[in-house]
Amino acid sequence: MTADVTGDIAPGSWNPKRDRAKMVQIIVKIIFGAFAAISIFTTIGILGTLIFETIAFFQEVSIIRFLTETRWTPLFASKQFGIFVLISATVMIAVISVLVALPLGLLSAVCLSEYATPRVRKILKPILEILAGVPTVVYGYFALLTVTPFLQTFLPNLQGFNALSAGLVLGVMITPLVASLSEDALYSVPRSLKDGAYALGATKRETVVSVILPAAVSGIVSSLILAISRAVGETMIVTLAAGANPTLGFNPFVPVMTMTAFIVQITAGDAPHGTTAYKTLFAVGMTLFLMTFALNIFSFWFVRRFREKYD
Amino acid sequence: MASPTPSSSISAVAESKSIALKAEKVSVYYGSNLAVKDVYLDIPEHEIVAFIGPSGCGKSTILRCFNRMNDLIPIAKVEGRILFDGEEISGKRVDPVELRRRVGMVFQKPNPFPKSIYDNITFGAKINGYQGDYDELVERSLRGAALWDEVKDKLKESGLGLSGGQQQRLCIARAIAIEPEVILMDEPCSALDPISTIKVEELMHDLKSKYTIVIVTHNMQQASRVSDRTAFFNAIATDKGGKMGYLVEYDKTEAIFSNPKEEYTRDYVSGRFG
Amino acid sequence: MERNISSRPPENAPKAARESNFAVNLNRRYMMDRIFKAAAWGATIISVIILSWLLLTILMDGLGTLNWNFITSFPSRKAERAGIIAALAGTVWLMGLVALFAFPIGVGAGIYLEEFAEDNWFTQFVEINIGNLAGVPSIIYGLLGLAVFVRIMEPITGGRSVLSGSLTISLLILPIVIVATREALRAIPDSLRLAGYALGATRWQVVRSHVLPAALPGILTGMILALSRAIGETASLIAVGAAVFISFLPEGLNSQFTAMPIQIYNWISRPQDEFHYIAASGIIVLMAALLVMNGLAIYLRNRFQQEKL
Repeated sequence: MTADVTGDIAPGSWNPKRDRAKMVQIIVKIIFGAFAAISIFTTIGILGTLIFETIAFFQEVSIIRFLTETRWTPLFASKQFGIFVLISATVMIAVISVLVALPLGLLSAVCLSEYATPRVRKILKPILEILAGVPTVVYGYFALLTVTPFLQTFLPNLQGFNALSAGLVLGVMITPLVASLSEDALYSVPRSLKDGAYALGATKRETVVSVILPAAVSGIVSSLILAISRAVGETMIVTLAAGANPTLGFNPFVPVMTMTAFIVQITAGDAPHGTTAYKTLFAVGMTLFLMTFALNIFSFWFVRRFREKYD
Repeated sequence: MASPTPSSSISAVAESKSIALKAEKVSVYYGSNLAVKDVYLDIPEHEIVAFIGPSGCGKSTILRCFNRMNDLIPIAKVEGRILFDGEEISGKRVDPVELRRRVGMVFQKPNPFPKSIYDNITFGAKINGYQGDYDELVERSLRGAALWDEVKDKLKESGLGLSGGQQQRLCIARAIAIEPEVILMDEPCSALDPISTIKVEELMHDLKSKYTIVIVTHNMQQASRVSDRTAFFNAIATDKGGKMGYLVEYDKTEAIFSNPKEEYTRDYVSGRFG
Repeated sequence: MERNISSRPPENAPKAARESNFAVNLNRRYMMDRIFKAAAWGATIISVIILSWLLLTILMDGLGTLNWNFITSFPSRKAERAGIIAALAGTVWLMGLVALFAFPIGVGAGIYLEEFAEDNWFTQFVEINIGNLAGVPSIIYGLLGLAVFVRIMEPITGGRSVLSGSLTISLLILPIVIVATREALRAIPDSLRLAGYALGATRWQVVRSHVLPAALPGILTGMILALSRAIGETASLIAVGAAVFISFLPEGLNSQFTAMPIQIYNWISRPQDEFHYIAASGIIVLMAALLVMNGLAIYLRNRFQQEKL
């Protein structure tokens, strides 16, 4: 048999069409690679539009005014652009929500991982998942039309729109996030550490509080930061329940306006392209983006930095 | 004694030594599987008793009965009587938390808490309401575990930063900090290198004067080096496909290794199976 | 006082002396344990109570005005004549288009990252990027949609159109679809791939004919869960200008539109109670759609798990 220079398999019933298969593979790889790159273009698009319009905004309004003015009136004749008016509302509502979500979420996580029997756990987990899957507009309804009237029965000076209801309901919304991520962290604490604590004569609570929770602290803190980030960026609950009244300060009983609520207010109306109001949207959006981005990065960093390694 | 003692359980503790731990017809079930059957055992005070035997023979399971760690496994069930200082500890009347304060345990893998060396030592003392001076307790415990000189300058550093052998001695220090009467050791050297193993074995000799020590080991040389008495457990296959452990022979260590009474023991200590 | 352990006599020290070092105080400790346990259960039960409270409120407020007329009517200035048909149609259009865009792109990107990509800087960059995108608030996606799809691409999308809305939501759920796809692919044992290679197949042939079919139920489950996130999405749609008063059904990609959550938002914002009731009715319809989608996802997941056994 003579040497086959082309490397083809001897003639016969095999016809593998390898060139065609390879060509198809290359084309598929390029197309799917392009799909993966769409996520990068999304980021570029977000950053690009935010930066572009924010620069345009700061050409009209100085950054000093943006950071130092104490009122937020971009639609009035006498315009003021004190972003901290919106930030104060956002921060206040986020803080209220965390005050709800931290104890509820963390204790639920402890309950699920340490106290609940597997059967009860199988019922409770889906309930938390439902709570996480309720659309935010539904929570908005609940906050404005159920929780606020309920709270007003014993807080008479609570106004119809207020930060308190929004924050409380927002806290309920982010509780499943804290609970499920914290539970993962608790679950990953090795059995041997628990045994070590019990063998020293610790009760269950002492084991949980002094050994398991500290051992899981990186995951718990990171879940909490992610939840704060979610709270800062949440839109519908605060728009519906907290109102649209830019107020500087931290009074939870009065209407306020968060950054997200402002964006909804402007975009729900018609802000023509090129107006100051339109550019303001993106300056606020940029501020919001930077805050959530910093929180997300901090969360990832924290879990990497402080994760205890058990082999 | 009122309870029946089968002939296979040699009354190894013939001398009038006081008995720290006593197992009478102890059986342990996991679910419906019988893991260890009918163990009779007397462990005298201030001795080192080694449990040896092939894997699945229930030696760790029996060890965990003495501080009721089996309570933490929902499907585990312990039958029979276990006595500690003459008191029955297997019943509902004895609190496992209080019992574990008096019966310490060291595990197979070093498991220091992700806390500082200092806090690792004081944890058990704090929860159990230690009345004395904590700095002194830390120094005394670390000295007792032959670790003081190596860590005295870094008491505030994490216990996880120590080497494996140091971590295990930290766990021993942690156990003796609550001043137990008995220390249970569940294959304490299986995760350690030979040098660390020797250190821990020397330490056990030192600890013997103050504590009763029960050690589970799969290393027969270790059992012969450190222990005064040796209990040999064996496992037989059950119909369900699992293994059931039982106590074959319990005697002075020299007797077990040089002149065992049972065929199985002879085969095992001479390395013929296991 | 330093106690030298080795010099201690082997005789047992008196028990009383030993015990005195510890005040174990079990009663107090067990009391703390009971309080802690009660708190843990309490927190969990509170979540259950709040969920029940929310669902009951919605049902009590909304069931009275939920009828066939409500489903088939266009919005109206009068609450008793207002219906949700325009929003329902808009949501159906949106979901169809989002599935059309996000499914191939998300699955393709997932396959690329899991099966084709080498472990180089590009892959790592894409992965970190996807992680970050998942944390960007939806209203920011709305601003992106407003600037890019509504303004810049107006000649193609027709501005505030159902196409702009669905493109925006597609970008929003893309990270979820990609992550779900990758997890489903990762669950397929490598032995299946190696068997394919051993028969002389290319990577793509193996993926297409063996790995993808095996992973499809997992991918579909992830896709449905992503769509159930999309169906309730409100903020980004407001930003791209979903209208609130539409008395026609969408006729094409460039048509103006509204969607169920937008319509609900609008009704909640009205001061009159009558509109709040129909908002609750709308929520019931929305939640029913969610329930069906989640049920489908659970069904798929269970069937998939059974097959694996």
